[in-house]
Amino acid sequence: MPGGHSFLDVRDLRIHFPTDDGLVKSVDGLSFALDRGRTLGIVGESGSGKSVTSLGVLGLHNRRNAEVSGEIWLDGSELVGAQPEAVRKMRGRKMAMIFQDPLSAMHPYYTVGVQIIEAYRVHNDVSKAVARKHAIDMLGRVGIPQPARRVDDYPHQFSGGMRQRAMIAMALSCDPELLIADEPTTALDVTVQAQILDLMRTLQQEFNSALIIITHDLGVVAELADDVLVMYAGKCVEYGTATTIFEHAEHPYTWGLLGSMPRLDRAVTSRLLPIAGAPPSLINVPSGCAFHPRCVYEPRTGGLGSTVVPELADAGGGHLVRCHLPTAERRRIWAQDIKPEMEGA
Amino acid sequence: MTEPGENTSKPAGKPGTSETLLEVRGLEKHFPITKGLLKRRIGAVRAVDGIDFHVSSGETLGLVGESGCGKSTAGRLVTRLLEPTSGSVVFEGRDITHLDQGPLRPLRRDMQMIFQDPYSSLNPRHTVGAIVGAPFRIQGVKTEHGTKRAVQDLLKLVGLNPEHYNRYPHEFSGGQRQRIGIARTLALRPKLIIADEPVSALDVSIQAQVVNLLEDLQEELGLTYVVIAHDLSVVRHISDRVAVMYLGKIMETADRDELYARPRHPYTVALMSAVPVPDPRRRSSAMRERVLLSGDVPSPIDPPSGCRFRTRCWKAQEVCATEEPPLIARVGDPAGHLTACHFPVTDDEQIAGRTRPAPAPIPQGG
Repeated sequence: MPGGHSFLDVRDLRIHFPTDDGLVKSVDGLSFALDRGRTLGIVGESGSGKSVTSLGVLGLHNRRNAEVSGEIWLDGSELVGAQPEAVRKMRGRKMAMIFQDPLSAMHPYYTVGVQIIEAYRVHNDVSKAVARKHAIDMLGRVGIPQPARRVDDYPHQFSGGMRQRAMIAMALSCDPELLIADEPTTALDVTVQAQILDLMRTLQQEFNSALIIITHDLGVVAELADDVLVMYAGKCVEYGTATTIFEHAEHPYTWGLLGSMPRLDRAVTSRLLPIAGAPPSLINVPSGCAFHPRCVYEPRTGGLGSTVVPELADAGGGHLVRCHLPTAERRRIWAQDIKPEMEGA
Repeated sequence: MTEPGENTSKPAGKPGTSETLLEVRGLEKHFPITKGLLKRRIGAVRAVDGIDFHVSSGETLGLVGESGCGKSTAGRLVTRLLEPTSGSVVFEGRDITHLDQGPLRPLRRDMQMIFQDPYSSLNPRHTVGAIVGAPFRIQGVKTEHGTKRAVQDLLKLVGLNPEHYNRYPHEFSGGQRQRIGIARTLALRPKLIIADEPVSALDVSIQAQVVNLLEDLQEELGLTYVVIAHDLSVVRHISDRVAVMYLGKIMETADRDELYARPRHPYTVALMSAVPVPDPRRRSSAMRERVLLSGDVPSPIDPPSGCRFRTRCWKAQEVCATEEPPLIARVGDPAGHLTACHFPVTDDEQIAGRTRPAPAPIPQGG
């Protein structure tokens, strides 16, 4: 909930990219808040703006080709209007990121140890020997076997899962209070994914950090997140606790995501329930509700869907939904149509 | 956990009742590793190391496993895009393992492939019409109302607008491109389609569209599929029978419902328990039931002796290192359920299709 005193408070964040073809509104008025020790899952399809948001929070957009506006408050300091140098000092120390592909996020020319040592010494005035000891210690904590030996290996000598562990070690080396993981397990096999998710959960409890996990995999979100934010075309369309989103989803797009996914914990349904069409171009976002061309309930809004942008309104208890359908109607559709069909009844 | 098996649209696998379309015996592919100017052979990557399976007409076989297990190589061997090191591939009763390019060509009509990445599998300089019409041209097939009409019918069949005949691949989204690839695959009405990760490059909502399309086409055209995928939930949804691969070997194979309800191989059990469950209420129980494997998959250059999974298996004993377990039906299993394990997971260890907490995995060695 956008309030005044959360550890991370993002208010009306807009990140637009002017291009030759027009203005790309990757993030268009996004607000959310997150406290220490909590995990927020941001879900959406490619192009929904979830990765752009995370880079925005870290201040990693080049101001020459991105227009960033709004407010990002991190532990009392505002980041959007801050000097790049001030944000740079916070990056690594106060907030850190785990990228999707550790092979391209790590420098192939330097050993894993050197890269962790460098990150540590930027923020801590210590000798190389102390930093090296710290790097070995961190590698050990993320479960790299024989860390004292592996610290001198190059990234290509690590397997995919070990590289991702090394990335996590690097991100955590300065004990950041905010950790953003952008598709941290998408490039990994399922058994390795289970190891990494387990590790992230344990480390978060140990460090009591605020964690944002960005993913398209609803299973990963259900495993880690306390709260879930569903993004579509640069906007939040639904926000609530994980239990609310998975058991009482109210936005047709969220229904579509849930119905699209075959599930191992349920009986095999005869057909999946996909969303028609494809995600929109961010240059020509549909008028009104951005989801209306793909929404089967659009006719029930009496023309509102294609003309008026719906507000992100509280449906009770902090459950925010951006939809023209009346709350009662949405609940009825979920209970009578969507949920039974998903469960294969 | 609901009972798998109820409310299923497809009959569970039906080997025996219909004719066998494809039969694979002892298939191997070793990629040589060479060194020096003279290309001295110093070893081999044993990508596929002796696998047997069969596919009956009209059914879908799911080939599932993690990266590097050899599932894609297996698909390419079957379609003869790669030359097998040994073993045999029998298609419609005919041994095609070592057919030359000439006699192989007419066979390509009957066997087609769907590729994973719809961005690299379509030539960006060709129009959709040229791409989907290419099989007719290459095979010299004359269609009743001309190629253009045939292509437009195909586009309609896969849910694309036939008027987009003259557009280029970049004008389409990922899901639409995958449909173009499927249209090309269907052009010559193949009997067998090998789909290598057909949906893994697509967004979730688009994945479901393509999965549904593949199922509709199977029903309409009587197609036979081998679906190669790493996503256990997609494989379960689409397959009649499933084979689980690890390090170039098939570890377990069974009818879909049987396999997912009673996995017998410890690797299958670990694989299934690792899939994140999209249900926050089950978070703690899913974690408790999870079998966390330690370490990584060993190198296929020098696979472990005996059972290949033994280095990560919590049930491994001495015999596992010395004797390779054969892929056979274990005591109490139905005929089609084969497991390559000396100590298969018993019913006592399974709870409602999920597995009881395993003893802590062996600590990771060097």
